[in-house]
Amino acid sequence: MKYLEEYRNREATEVFLKKISETVTRPWKIMEICGGQTHGLVRNGILELLPQEVQMIHGPGCPVCVTPKSLIDMAVQLMEQGVIMCSFGDMVRVPGTSKSLLQAKADGGDLRILYSPIEAVTVARENPDREVVFFAVGFETTAPANALSVLHAKKEGLTNFSLLVSHVLVPPAMEAILEDEFCAIDAFLGAGHVCAIMGMEAYFPIAERYKVPIVVTGFEPLDLAEGIYMAVKQLEEKRVEVENQYSRVVKREGNTAAIKVIEEVFEISQREWRGIGPIPDSGFRLKEAYADFDAERKFQVRSNTSEQASGCIAGEILKGLKKPHECKFFGKECTPAQPLGAPMVSSEGACAAYYHFSGNLIKN
Amino acid sequence: MNKDHIELGHGSGGLLTRELLDELIFSTFSNEQIDQKHDGAILPMSGHVVMSTDTFVVSPIFFKGGNIGELAVNGSVNDVAMCGGIPRYLSLAFVIEEGLPVADLRKILESIRHAAEKSGVQVVTGDTKVVERGKGDKIFINTTGIGTLHPKAHIAMQRISKGDKIIVNGSLARHGMAIMSEREGLEFESEIVSDTTHLNTTVEALLDRFGNDIHLFRDATRGGVAGVLSEIATDTAKGVFLKEAWLPLEKQVEAACEMLGIDPLYVANEGVFVSVVNGAIAGEYVEALRSMEGNEDAAIIGEVTETKPGMVILESKIGGKRVVTPLIGEQLPRIC
Repeated sequence: MKYLEEYRNREATEVFLKKISETVTRPWKIMEICGGQTHGLVRNGILELLPQEVQMIHGPGCPVCVTPKSLIDMAVQLMEQGVIMCSFGDMVRVPGTSKSLLQAKADGGDLRILYSPIEAVTVARENPDREVVFFAVGFETTAPANALSVLHAKKEGLTNFSLLVSHVLVPPAMEAILEDEFCAIDAFLGAGHVCAIMGMEAYFPIAERYKVPIVVTGFEPLDLAEGIYMAVKQLEEKRVEVENQYSRVVKREGNTAAIKVIEEVFEISQREWRGIGPIPDSGFRLKEAYADFDAERKFQVRSNTSEQASGCIAGEILKGLKKPHECKFFGKECTPAQPLGAPMVSSEGACAAYYHFSGNLIKN
Repeated sequence: MNKDHIELGHGSGGLLTRELLDELIFSTFSNEQIDQKHDGAILPMSGHVVMSTDTFVVSPIFFKGGNIGELAVNGSVNDVAMCGGIPRYLSLAFVIEEGLPVADLRKILESIRHAAEKSGVQVVTGDTKVVERGKGDKIFINTTGIGTLHPKAHIAMQRISKGDKIIVNGSLARHGMAIMSEREGLEFESEIVSDTTHLNTTVEALLDRFGNDIHLFRDATRGGVAGVLSEIATDTAKGVFLKEAWLPLEKQVEAACEMLGIDPLYVANEGVFVSVVNGAIAGEYVEALRSMEGNEDAAIIGEVTETKPGMVILESKIGGKRVVTPLIGEQLPRIC
């Protein structure tokens, strides 16, 4: 597969791993923002190939993990009211207060797992007498397609289609992490696909204000090794810059057509992050002009649930203060089959990634 | 039959049932046993008998490379073969949802007849039930395979020991990805075709030649190769070491897995089986396999170790290691 095999090449990856070892002189903590990067690091066994000075901290960039329980509860309520709920695959197993979407389906709800929100518009067209709701979770990466689904539905005059929006943004989350008094992160790997959409502009002020190097990085082993090397090199050379490892995909200005679609449909709003709490200006909601497509306003669903203390340390894990295996529930009370918290559900979640790919290695 | 669709009456035991049986079932499978029209079959067998049963609920029922009918034959035939049996007879039971086009049923029966012929088994008894619309999903099929034990077969988990090699007979994940691309309406440059096939002739030839050196056969259906290997590691309390670079994968299957965020190790196969064999004969075994039609992509993918007991460890293409755990629930595609 072109553009994949080249970036999974053992020799090329080893070149950067060797350079990391040769460059590093002292311990550094580097946070990879994106869950896809966490997945890549553990799936390819990169963590154990890094010198012990380089510690990777797994960031909050797993959309499934940060979607608050209250939104899942709303989705469950909507299913119980008889709507067709459409969702991305890994969202369906995340536990809400009483159940997950998959459990709501087992109880008789109509749940469709889709690959694209545009498919949900088709579902709405084919079921004119049913209400169809797409559970629009995700970071900036999924926002253009979600926005486009609203524009498509509007153009077609569909009145039975809406979004349950839980969109979050990367830069405010990074700032929230950096503001934490216990934050010990020396550098970031920026989320490649988020930057492919939004560009890199938002990261320059963050790097400058918090004196933290940011390397926009891809997802394949070679990308990750090179991104980590670039971050270590900056740290060792006492430089603070925003660099772009993923230049084959990311342009500084981003994807302007996609940004235009997002800006047409969404506006910035406060969002609650599971495990972290509310962060101002950290997400999207539908603009007033598209209120008819906002499931929350359309159905008047409300959730009074607040984050209950289950003993889950998801917040500390998402902020990089603890590693998954430092949780006393990890692999015991909390497993992917019986998750206590969201990072154990999605394969991008730090806990699930550890459980699936390296948890047992660590314990032994 | 003068009906175009299956009705509840076809399962009532009355005239419609008689018509369905006579015109579709008995005429398709005519043989010495089934022609008796008994309530069951009386089979001339002696020695150790191998038996296995399986139920098939696949959706869609027609897919690239096959349909639910041949899947149902191959499934039970292969399960008997995996125990070291030579499959001889098959039972065949249908649960049909009211409204199934008779033309579809004919097509499925024809595939069953063809698949049974290819694998050398006779359909000797069966059953047909019809359920109300909405109480099923077009058609469910149960088959039970019965066979005699191959004289040289000695298949048992307990025989697996350190240094045994793990071998697959072909490229992975074709069936599951064919089904998934059909469901998702995905098109690739070259089609992904299900690998559904009968394995008994291959297995019989391997047993003839390598007999006692074969410690285990297991077909990698639901749960994929990862599922089989996890079972081996857990049940033997030995380690299984795999190399990602050695896994045989077709380009388009790899691309489909990549696109849908699915790990091919967990994807269902219908014509892939795992052999665990004495390390000393592994090279010869793979060569023998590769010379058999349909097994050209056979490969050694790993070995049994004493380290990391109970675990499957995979060395990634770049040389890192990770644990391969059994699948939990359904494999779900990732968001981005």
